[in-house]
Amino acid sequence: MSEQSTGRSGFTPAYLDRVGSSFTDFLGTTAPDLLPGRRTLPAVPVGELSPHATTIVSVTFDGGVLMGGDRRATMGNLISSRDIEKVYAADSWSVIGIAGAAGIAIEMVRLYQVELEHYEKIEGMTMSLDGKANRLAGMIRGNLGAAMQGLAVVPLFAGYDLDAAEGASPGRIFSYDVTGGNYEERGYASVGSGSLFAKNSLKKTWRPGLSGDAATRTVVEALYDAADDDSATGGPDTVRRLFPIVYRVDAEGAVRLPDAEVAAVADAIVADRSAAENREG
Amino acid sequence: MTMPYYASAEQVMRDRSEYARKGISRGRSVAVLTYDDGVLFIAENPSSTLHKVSELYDRVGFAAVGRYSEFESLRVAGIRLADVRGYSYNRRDVTGRVIANAYAQTLGEVFTQQMKPFEVELCVAEVGDTPESDQLYRLTFDGSIVDEPDFVVMGGQADAVTANLRQHFSHGLSLTEALRVGVQALSAVSPVTAANGGGQLPAEQLEVAVLDRRRPKRAFRRVVGAPLRALLADEPAPAEEPGTTATHAPSAPAPGTPPGLGDPAAVDTAGGTEPASAQPATQDGAGGGTEGTTPDGDAPGTQQ
Repeated sequence: MSEQSTGRSGFTPAYLDRVGSSFTDFLGTTAPDLLPGRRTLPAVPVGELSPHATTIVSVTFDGGVLMGGDRRATMGNLISSRDIEKVYAADSWSVIGIAGAAGIAIEMVRLYQVELEHYEKIEGMTMSLDGKANRLAGMIRGNLGAAMQGLAVVPLFAGYDLDAAEGASPGRIFSYDVTGGNYEERGYASVGSGSLFAKNSLKKTWRPGLSGDAATRTVVEALYDAADDDSATGGPDTVRRLFPIVYRVDAEGAVRLPDAEVAAVADAIVADRSAAENREG
Repeated sequence: MTMPYYASAEQVMRDRSEYARKGISRGRSVAVLTYDDGVLFIAENPSSTLHKVSELYDRVGFAAVGRYSEFESLRVAGIRLADVRGYSYNRRDVTGRVIANAYAQTLGEVFTQQMKPFEVELCVAEVGDTPESDQLYRLTFDGSIVDEPDFVVMGGQADAVTANLRQHFSHGLSLTEALRVGVQALSAVSPVTAANGGGQLPAEQLEVAVLDRRRPKRAFRRVVGAPLRALLADEPAPAEEPGTTATHAPSAPAPGTPPGLGDPAAVDTAGGTEPASAQPATQDGAGGGTEGTTPDGDAPGTQQ
């Protein structure tokens, strides 16, 4: 029975093997060519050929965690996309934002979403938040070869910890490096080319125990500050009405904030900044 | 495989069928019924962790009777097939028919080529956009596959339950009515109710799940705890119907394909354009398929 015959003929033995609940591991044995980390790459730097996605920001607030990303993807000195989405719900309780080579990153997010759902369906329960963070680290590790040639993918992962101890904040943020290193962050984190400026902004605006609305403002403001100084990060586009994507994860699950809500926050920030500018001028 | 004595093929098949049938008839029954908003699974199952009913994919569910270890490995295989297909094609390209065909092939192969056939009977159900497009496939141990229109009953007293359902089932039942009809039919033949001198199976003895076409992405949802007891108690519609709707609300905007790979207006994209995805309102949170992981305990019970 060949692999291609699945679905027309019966299941191959690999399908009926009751070992493991990881989709990635399963693909590794049955269809390794579908995995992003298993391809042979040309031995030349190819980073310039691929669109790169940039700044992602995540902060905790009193009820959980927020993650936002700007809408720009760049290819060298060109803007390859103005409305790319870089923050996704990984499952009902966690979100993932991506910086780096957009094609590989988006493929990785798709694989990661299936990975979490697959586990959930097979085991009948959701993976623990630390388990999810570790699975993602494994995926990044598999991409190290591509990263060395300029196709690095660095995600930011955040989620609502359903098993959080009493008194501990249920919203948790994990950052990664290209080698798959996995670090839990306190309070706020940022990745991507504008992350330096975004972090500096958060340092001044973020406080522990912010309300959801106030935290949303810090996220959008940090992205504004990043766009101010980093050419690869897009600011609020008031002409096309394109604003950052912001996800909130709290006790009710992961939701994407409505565009109108983010637009209102961004408009308020733009208004405040221009008022301050004109006062000085 | 060497055969010490000659046995005709007919005899061998008959023996295997008998063996499989015997194994299946020892188990308790499972009923799968269509109702106006989708497909309802009812299993008589005292265990709350060893499930007979499961989610396979967004719009596809699974129910089985027989030997647990065997149908569990088939269930996992079905989930793997669905996820591989959905990942390499698109989520919309996963249909109940594909999975049912794979099951039929596998069961048929095992039945003809192995000494011991699988002692299982399966139902693959797919919920469509309209009641007419709902599909129920019944698969038996020998790999035969039947497309059933209204309901499928499998397991121990399948014939008696089917006869009971034929009398009481009709098209377009509400969830409450369908559950009542189904539980009644299962209770009529259950050894548990017989031991207690009749009556209805209690919620603890039942495993109930629905494929609800109104849910945007993953249609499968288990009905457990307080909502199940409320449904079983047949509470008056005003008190119970809104609660059903609330717990059926999507727990999250569909974590779906990235933009550019699908239609933003379609339910399987991550785009938050549809108003439903902007609502954080949900009780069961776990995005369908799982249970019991709500942060505030038995949240589905808090009906609104």
